[in-house]
Amino acid sequence: MSEATPTENMQAETIVPSIVPPVNVPAEDRTSRTADNLEAKGQSGLEARGVHAWFDKHHALADVSLHFPQNTVTGLIGPSGCGKSTFLRTLNRMHEFIPKSAMAGEVLFNGEDIYGSDVNATEIRTRIGMVFQKPNPFPAMNISENVLAGLKLAKVKSANKDDLLEQCLTRAGLWKEVKDRLKAQGSSLSGGQQQRLCIARALALNPEVLLLDEPCSALDPGSTLRVEETIVQLSQSMTIVIVTHNMQQAARVSDYCAFFLSDGGPGRLVEADLTTNMFSNPSDQRTADYVQGRFG
Amino acid sequence: MSDTEVSPRALKVSRGTSDKVFRGFVLAGASFSVAVLGLICAFLLFRGFEIFKDFGFSFFTSSRWEAAADDGSSPAHYGVAAMLVGSIVVATIAVVLAVPFAMSVALYLEYYAPQKLKRLLVSLLDLVASIPSVIWGIWGYTILMPHAMGWSKTLNSWLGWIPLFKVPVPIFERSPFIAGTLLAMMILPIITAVTREVYSQAPRDQIDAAYGLGSTKWGAIKTVVLPFGKSGLVGGTMLGLGRALGETIAVYLVLNLVFKVNFHILASVGGNVASMIASRFGEAGPYELKALMAAGLVLFLLTLTVNFMASAIVNRSKKAA
Repeated sequence: MSEATPTENMQAETIVPSIVPPVNVPAEDRTSRTADNLEAKGQSGLEARGVHAWFDKHHALADVSLHFPQNTVTGLIGPSGCGKSTFLRTLNRMHEFIPKSAMAGEVLFNGEDIYGSDVNATEIRTRIGMVFQKPNPFPAMNISENVLAGLKLAKVKSANKDDLLEQCLTRAGLWKEVKDRLKAQGSSLSGGQQQRLCIARALALNPEVLLLDEPCSALDPGSTLRVEETIVQLSQSMTIVIVTHNMQQAARVSDYCAFFLSDGGPGRLVEADLTTNMFSNPSDQRTADYVQGRFG
Repeated sequence: MSDTEVSPRALKVSRGTSDKVFRGFVLAGASFSVAVLGLICAFLLFRGFEIFKDFGFSFFTSSRWEAAADDGSSPAHYGVAAMLVGSIVVATIAVVLAVPFAMSVALYLEYYAPQKLKRLLVSLLDLVASIPSVIWGIWGYTILMPHAMGWSKTLNSWLGWIPLFKVPVPIFERSPFIAGTLLAMMILPIITAVTREVYSQAPRDQIDAAYGLGSTKWGAIKTVVLPFGKSGLVGGTMLGLGRALGETIAVYLVLNLVFKVNFHILASVGGNVASMIASRFGEAGPYELKALMAAGLVLFLLTLTVNFMASAIVNRSKKAA
């Protein structure tokens, strides 16, 4: 592992990270369900290189290198406190909102480091969207205002807002349920609908990557299923990274899995592979123990 | 089964001695403060009752405040209209000036200031809140007023065509505007403290949601923090208003007491119930003293109402959070 030092305000430039090769899987090993998607993968997409994260003095995440191929779903799994949510938040520069936080390493988005000095972090967040653990629609806004909130916040112009509204809600699998009450408050929806509303809200900016931080942990099984269907649908056209505590969910929605673990120190990436391999034939004993529910 | 009458069992809680003693102690404390409030109200009503009986509604509508002539040629006449209007005018000026400032300070402290600076500024604000009002008054008279008169002149020359800023006689000393400016500084800490408290409770997950959508900090504040903190701001403002209405000695020093209803805020004519009571109390005869008690009751009820409304609004915002 490289000697990494936290750099204040996420300006990482002095670190020479040790690069773990990106997940490279022979074409014949790919699962059938996503074979079409995976053909499209190239060197584009999102890639983390030697990422570290700190909360003040606490080293929460160490030396994670991971490639997220375009139009695939990657599940980040691991027990609580292993740094997977922290890692997710370094991928669109949300980590830096925590006071005294720091990071090291690089996150390459289409080949460009999003922590570069000339990169506009707010612009990056419009292209790498995020959905959070708890459904969080804006309470002062109705459904349609919520979906289109990002346009206003990121100052993006849209030619036809009505079309965009319908398109986002359709992609999020919510259009049929709310099309007759677009002026109702977002908080009047059920938890699962609210979460899909938040997905629709993230989609309005047409991001290339969508980060989901345990999007179903506050939802009932039925709503979870709907959200999972939505995720699989969306992965046709965008790269998705999802943090989940639910092994079945990881198995159901993800093409790739990355297993994180902390041995008391900072969380580290144990291994990353095709989801089928991770569940059937992991190379690390700890992964096998975790996915089979022997700990965590 | 269904025929049997079921009545709830009586639950008896037996308390230990120490529990009983402590309970009695805190109960006494709580009832005492309510009793004091009630007694003050009763005292003012009792002493001022004769005035309400003698002058009726004209006590509120008349601006004349005159003791009976010694030779008996004219009877006494008391009315608080000018002072009541003056109180409200001065307090309104204070609130209008203080609120935007307090909002900025609260937002800066909560969302922009570095931790160390924030702690320093918060304790400084607490210190400002603890400055005795007579000090404010002296400072206001000697330091603030010369400057504020300059501002008044500027305001008057540019906006003099608006009745509010018109001045019948070009004297800018001791005007409601100056008193309001001074009061604005005095109530700034309380408004800031309440507003900051509510702003700090703005839900983090919604702020994150705004950031996640590529929002700037200002965008997140506008979308999440300000709507969330609206009622807290109103509550803090009402608390400040309560203090501004009741302020006595500082206003007494920087406001020219004239028994005349005046809406020209730059003119050297104004008043305020509290400072009027303070200024007349020393030389008042027995009957005027009763009138002062009546005026006191009016002020007391006014500030009480404002404070009750304030705490109701603040509580409502806490529940919503």
